[in-house]
Amino acid sequence: MKLCSANTWEIFKRELRAYFESPVAYVFLIFYLMLIMFLTFFVSRFYEANQADLKYFFFWFPWVNLLLVPAATMRLWAEERRTGTIELLLTFPVTLTEALAGKFFAAWAFMSLATLLTFPIVITTAWLGDPDGGAVVGGYLGAILLAGAYVAVGILTSTTTRNQVIGFVLAFVVCLFLALAGWPPVTDIVNRWAPSWLVNAVASLSVMPHYESLQRGVIDLRDVVYYASVMVLALFGAYLVIENRKSA
Amino acid sequence: MLEVKNLRKRYGAIEAVRGISFTAQKGEILGVLGPNGAGKSTTMRMITGFLPPTEGTAVIADFDIVEQPIEAKRQIGYLPENAPLYAEMTVFGFLDFVAGIRGYRGAERRRRIESAIERCRLETVRHQPIETLSKGYRQRVCFAQAVLHDPLLLVMDEPTDGLDPNQKFVVREMIRSMAAEKAILISTHILEEVEAVCTRAIIIDAGHIVAEGTPADLKARHPSGRLDEVFRMLTQGTAEQVTAHR
Repeated sequence: MKLCSANTWEIFKRELRAYFESPVAYVFLIFYLMLIMFLTFFVSRFYEANQADLKYFFFWFPWVNLLLVPAATMRLWAEERRTGTIELLLTFPVTLTEALAGKFFAAWAFMSLATLLTFPIVITTAWLGDPDGGAVVGGYLGAILLAGAYVAVGILTSTTTRNQVIGFVLAFVVCLFLALAGWPPVTDIVNRWAPSWLVNAVASLSVMPHYESLQRGVIDLRDVVYYASVMVLALFGAYLVIENRKSA
Repeated sequence: MLEVKNLRKRYGAIEAVRGISFTAQKGEILGVLGPNGAGKSTTMRMITGFLPPTEGTAVIADFDIVEQPIEAKRQIGYLPENAPLYAEMTVFGFLDFVAGIRGYRGAERRRRIESAIERCRLETVRHQPIETLSKGYRQRVCFAQAVLHDPLLLVMDEPTDGLDPNQKFVVREMIRSMAAEKAILISTHILEEVEAVCTRAIIIDAGHIVAEGTPADLKARHPSGRLDEVFRMLTQGTAEQVTAHR
């Protein structure tokens, strides 16, 4: 099973180009940046905190991505099914693994670009104060890994349908679970009536604890392994869905 | 060139293809006829490696589509039903992608694309997005991706469906011009197509082969000597049974 073959690269390029061949990509990127800025400055009241601390900024990625990653991935397989191009793609001399990897890396690269384009906030903060460099690197690494996990989930749900909207909603629901299951405001409430071992077990599936530890600038291998596992599992699921339901 | 061995496809309780075997040699244009829902598309999809057969296999130039799918797929050019294409890409961009997937690089890649554009008469639309093209041009773009790598086996699922007479003529000319060095498999329910281009034909009904021969042989099976009468005689009454082949 070769992941990074020439075929993966060809599919990667095609998918990435497909984003930019329609104006939707630019609208998407602008909307993404505006939403992050709005939430950071007006909802978190970043300036009024009077600290050069980016935690108010990184706080928003799991929530913004919840909405926008499924929008970026819903097309990937649903559209192939709807238009019938899946029949072309899978009769080319490529393996399903190569096709999945090409699409996954393209969507992840696109989301990473969206994430990194928020850099003016970091520059502004660095100019006004002295943010912790480790936390900035960890924060961005966490945000990109988180986007990758959501992208893999979005690809999985996109394989199940020929309707993009259904793909979007399913991805949103699964990612929402991944976010809320370990988010302290939710786990605190659930803790009042559920046994703590159960809450902890469910919370350990969540992206949140892993995201938060990276935000503090602690780059722990376990967090990276967690995100990699979510990606591999979701993509393996996508593989099984396509393999078993070619013409749906 | 192509050897189809006892192909079967079962979807739950429905058996869409029930043991189909035939061969096609280089230089042959083999027509696969049958009413809608007879199992033509399912057969094509198994031969091209899109659907896994429940039983049986197809061997393309010594490569078994089940055992060695990648090698077998390299030998096949496929034009699926309705000519699906990535609509947002330009004709050139799409063919460039296909050339890359087929493993061509550099000058050879360029040469392959140009040759496909020329053979399929796409010169005037090369930089146009595919979504802006007429049905006839889309069919030709899909044809171009199928012949770009000069495959030994060309499989076409209803290649002239929905085209006007002029467009049909162009597509048939292209098929004939490539017949000498390939085995070509064409599925159709348009009987005139068989007489116009095929050297041999098989008739499929309800997942079985019910007749095989040259167009002249088949016509001789009915006193009227007309292919549509033969077709009706062999396939009548069973057409609707297996339409739900998904």
